[in-house]
Amino acid sequence: MTRQTSLNRPWQRAALALAGAAAAFGAGTAGAQETFKVGIVSFLSGQAAESFGIPAVNGAKVVVDAFNKGAAPAPYNKVGFGGMKIEAVYVDENGGATKQVQELRNLYDREKVDAVVGYVGSGDCLAVAPVAEEMKRFLILYDCGTPRIFEDNKLQYVFRTASHAAMDNVALARYLKARNVKVESFNLINQDYAWGQDSKKDFTLSMEKLYPTAKPGEDQLPKFGAGQYGTEISALMAKPAEVTHSSLWGGDLQAFVLQAAPRGLFKRTQVVFSAADHVLPGLGDKMPDGVILGARGAYGLMSPKSALNDWWWDLYSKAYNTYPVQAPYRMVQSLLGLKLAVEKAMAANGGKKPTGEQLAAALTGLEWDSPAGRIRMALGDGHQAIQDTAIGKTRYDPAKKMVVLEDIQRFPADCVNPPANMKSEDWIKAGFPGAKGCP
Amino acid sequence: MNAVVTILIDGLTYASWLFIVAVGLTLVFGVLKILNIAHGSFYAIGAYAAASFVAWAATMKWAPGFSIVAMLLAAVAVAAVMAPLTERGLLRFFYGRDEVLLVLVTYAMFLILEDVTKLLWGANPYYVSQPYSLFGNLHVGVQTWVGYDFFLVALAVVVGLAVWWVLNRTRQGKITLAVIHSAEVAASMGVNVSRVYMVAFSVGIFLAALGGAFTAPMISVQPGVSVGVIVVSFAVVIIGGLGSIEGAAVGALIVGLARSLAVHVAPVAELFSIYIVMAVVLMFRPEGLFQRTQARKI
Repeated sequence: MTRQTSLNRPWQRAALALAGAAAAFGAGTAGAQETFKVGIVSFLSGQAAESFGIPAVNGAKVVVDAFNKGAAPAPYNKVGFGGMKIEAVYVDENGGATKQVQELRNLYDREKVDAVVGYVGSGDCLAVAPVAEEMKRFLILYDCGTPRIFEDNKLQYVFRTASHAAMDNVALARYLKARNVKVESFNLINQDYAWGQDSKKDFTLSMEKLYPTAKPGEDQLPKFGAGQYGTEISALMAKPAEVTHSSLWGGDLQAFVLQAAPRGLFKRTQVVFSAADHVLPGLGDKMPDGVILGARGAYGLMSPKSALNDWWWDLYSKAYNTYPVQAPYRMVQSLLGLKLAVEKAMAANGGKKPTGEQLAAALTGLEWDSPAGRIRMALGDGHQAIQDTAIGKTRYDPAKKMVVLEDIQRFPADCVNPPANMKSEDWIKAGFPGAKGCP
Repeated sequence: MNAVVTILIDGLTYASWLFIVAVGLTLVFGVLKILNIAHGSFYAIGAYAAASFVAWAATMKWAPGFSIVAMLLAAVAVAAVMAPLTERGLLRFFYGRDEVLLVLVTYAMFLILEDVTKLLWGANPYYVSQPYSLFGNLHVGVQTWVGYDFFLVALAVVVGLAVWWVLNRTRQGKITLAVIHSAEVAASMGVNVSRVYMVAFSVGIFLAALGGAFTAPMISVQPGVSVGVIVVSFAVVIIGGLGSIEGAAVGALIVGLARSLAVHVAPVAELFSIYIVMAVVLMFRPEGLFQRTQARKI
């Protein structure tokens, strides 16, 4: 297991030991002498590391550091979590769901973490959620997209602080409709696992409602990490369609763009990507103009103007010399939510460090401001977040030497997420009942 | 008609890429009897080295066409550095031991090299897209293919013929075949078996790195590229027969065409198509298509 801890210098360990000794003889309230230990799990190696895992962990490092210095803007300006210094333990998500189950048990039992924030892979989330529940330990899923976690299960200790993937695909279909894009048929290329299958289904169902006469055409399902897409591109080109939808991400998405662009696919069809903002800084002018894409939230180049977003953007950009994309945005919104939940639970607990149950009660149904806008734990009995999102269109700007996003359309959370009493699939099939504020 | 041509071209281009990657794997098994899980790591290092060499060639103001030379040099450099380190420094201590142990050793190498590449090149992606546009495009009906894909077909043919010619038409090749047949008998005839192992392993690493280097223009080179390639390479060499160069060529063609047919006709069966072919071959020829039945040694 790859682990890094933010308290690994001798003076830090000495300070921690002193704090521990003081705590042993001290009063019962939490304060500077106590720490709050958070396990942060994300891909530090493997195919998801570059696009998601490492940027997210980088985001966590700068934010935890800012929290510990009390340098975040109000209402996040208390030192650490309610005065307790945050000690972060970083764990590699690579290695498959079975390994992650064991790693999660280790974090709770051996590392004695107070909370775990983690998981990019939908398969990993589906595997670890029941384990946290069985152990009655607090877990925040910060990134994975499959809607099934809270739609198929009733969970007490598990939360997801970002919207699920239904939002991304409903928003894409709504964007096409709002921009009067003519669609008689559409092709699909999605990875053959939970994320790709769910994304394909949600987009197809949304198109059935918004474009009742449009027919799904080619339906490609390459395996995760395929790398070679020549044959799939031929199949897509052989069956022309006005729109081609994809939820590819990371290295797979980059390889697809690099192989499809020279073959002219982007000129023959309107390509729409549901989660592609993270490849823009790397691909630069290799990303064709006019591609419609989402970021799984109003993130990065589509993030709203606010003091909190300005602070976060500067914090991340100065530390890593690149702007934050979706994964670090989702990480920071989870840590902001955790901070408020811990402090709320402490206030209800006489200033003492909260238990897992108290923490879960504090986060259930909570709302807070994030750099990407308001986060509301509105679904799954207060355990699943909804948030606003945005969709935009690519254009390479030679003067700025970067891809910019134009024609950005914002979608309120209540327009592109199901209501609390419906599963996303049923909601889409029923024609989005209760959707509010749609453009 | 157009559909058939498309399936054949897609199958052939995919098979060419597969063959370049898999031929080194089968060569190393044929000579050293090592199922080299770390083959994918050398493929990845080849891709990273190509990214570095092509970037270096650009700073040296080499003409764009010379990026192909830079990629070739990258593969040579990877073999020159990595082969002695791994074969002399690690693998030779395990010769004669159980084959399962050697698989575990190469798996450990795979994990270590995954982190080594991250230490050397970091986690950010590298792009080597310049060579991809060197050969223009080819238009057939509604399809457009990139000329570079056909360059890879030619490269696969050259690699296959070169390996076959060296093994069957040169003195060194015949010595290698003798070692493949029986290392003990070859040693008793005065053959320096250790040297043959070293050379064969170096060529195997070179071919893995060559596959990675010439794949680099089509992908973003980043952590994790080693994983996917090794599984499908194993399918190819198992279909063809472990240790058989001709088998690797035929195995790559079968896998390429089966996959292409599946993607065009029944996309949900893409992965299934590769492994059902492998299962059928193993049912009737458990040793693979081109592996001769081995005499049992007493």
